[in-house]
Amino acid sequence: MATAAKGVVLLDFWVSPFGQRCRIALAEKGVEYEYKEENLWDKSPLLLKANPVHKKIPVLIHEGNPICESLLIVQYIDEVWSNNPLLPSDPYERAQARFWADFVDKKVSECWTRLWKVKGEAQEEARKDMIEDLKLLEGELGDKQYFGGETFGFVDVAFVPLSAWFYTFETCGNFSVEKECPKLVAWAKRCMERESVSKSLHDPHKVYEYVCQLKKKLGVD
Amino acid sequence: MAEEVKLLGSWGSPFSRRVELALRLKGISYDYIEEDLSNKSPLLLKYNPIHKKVPVFLHGGKPVVESLVILEYIEETWEGDHAILPKDPYERAMARFWSTFVDEKCIPAIWMSCWTEGDMQQNFMIQSKENLSILEGELKGKKFFGGDAIGMVDIAAFFIAHWAGVLQEVAGISLINEEKHPILFKWIEEFMSSSIVMECLPAREGLLAYFQAKKEAIRATKAPVY
Repeated sequence: MATAAKGVVLLDFWVSPFGQRCRIALAEKGVEYEYKEENLWDKSPLLLKANPVHKKIPVLIHEGNPICESLLIVQYIDEVWSNNPLLPSDPYERAQARFWADFVDKKVSECWTRLWKVKGEAQEEARKDMIEDLKLLEGELGDKQYFGGETFGFVDVAFVPLSAWFYTFETCGNFSVEKECPKLVAWAKRCMERESVSKSLHDPHKVYEYVCQLKKKLGVD
Repeated sequence: MAEEVKLLGSWGSPFSRRVELALRLKGISYDYIEEDLSNKSPLLLKYNPIHKKVPVFLHGGKPVVESLVILEYIEETWEGDHAILPKDPYERAMARFWSTFVDEKCIPAIWMSCWTEGDMQQNFMIQSKENLSILEGELKGKKFFGGDAIGMVDIAAFFIAHWAGVLQEVAGISLINEEKHPILFKWIEEFMSSSIVMECLPAREGLLAYFQAKKEAIRATKAPVY
């Protein structure tokens, strides 16, 4: 049964994998919240006030207090709503979860920002790095159901939104995630069986369409 | 019986010094192993195969890497003395936010200000000063970012208190001074006068000589050498 939490607002952008992390976490906890779609080309006064430092989404506003940065938001949600814990209770396991979530941001997201913007040799390098990083994540997953083991956890929340971008990565980078990392593709399918995930992610072709439009708008290509 | 605590670090690394500061604040004994970063040990490569960097924290033989992840681990494992994170979830989120701001915004801008030239350098210097002003705003009349006692954000900002001054001197630029950032300047004085901080920092003259010697090499690659 959904918890009617007092004053929870999420400032977000429909296709953002970072925003989706927060939506998934809130759904896993059964927290009701108000979703506010931001126009990133015309940011609202509320967003600029709530995140004056980075001026980015997602921002979670809870009882008037803004929390920024998606992984920090997910940790906050995990600490405030203690049902269905996303982080393990053991400190060492928590450290490993934080490490891998950080890896997704420092490596995979970083590769992606290179992959779609550059051409030629630089793109080839980005492609190689991306495949290497996805393989490392696949190695961490191993034969587990989820990165969290038997239960859907912090690293799953951190990484699963990017699975909706696999088609885009593949098309821009000219490789196949299924071929390189079949276990990751199977894991993503399992995650999509969870309502929190299927209701938060968009169709991969819609994501690709968005990126094509963005490329045109920014004059990349 | 308490499990063994080890730290693989590098003398000049602000990131491994952060971990040492946290351990000392909490009164945790540890074995320190100095790494030669130009010739990385099999131990380092075994325990941090992905990033191959220091610090590597070993507790009972199990490795934790990435300095902010290590700080959270230390806080959760040794709960007794000297908390470095607040108990309140919102305050914790803020502490994590500002620590990440130091790592992702302040430190790279300061570093690049020191090793670039011309317009690029000017841009990095502007960015650095802006970021430092933003950070300074977070002190809000407190003695430390952590309040009355040194906390995670203070520990993260160790680089700003000590390394930044040395790098500015090597590069011949000024980013932080009493006039531009009076509140931050006061925090640096307060922080650096802590006896535990003083135990932990690499000698200024040594750091200065180290970066002077590597000046040309760093200018060529801009890569951090600690």
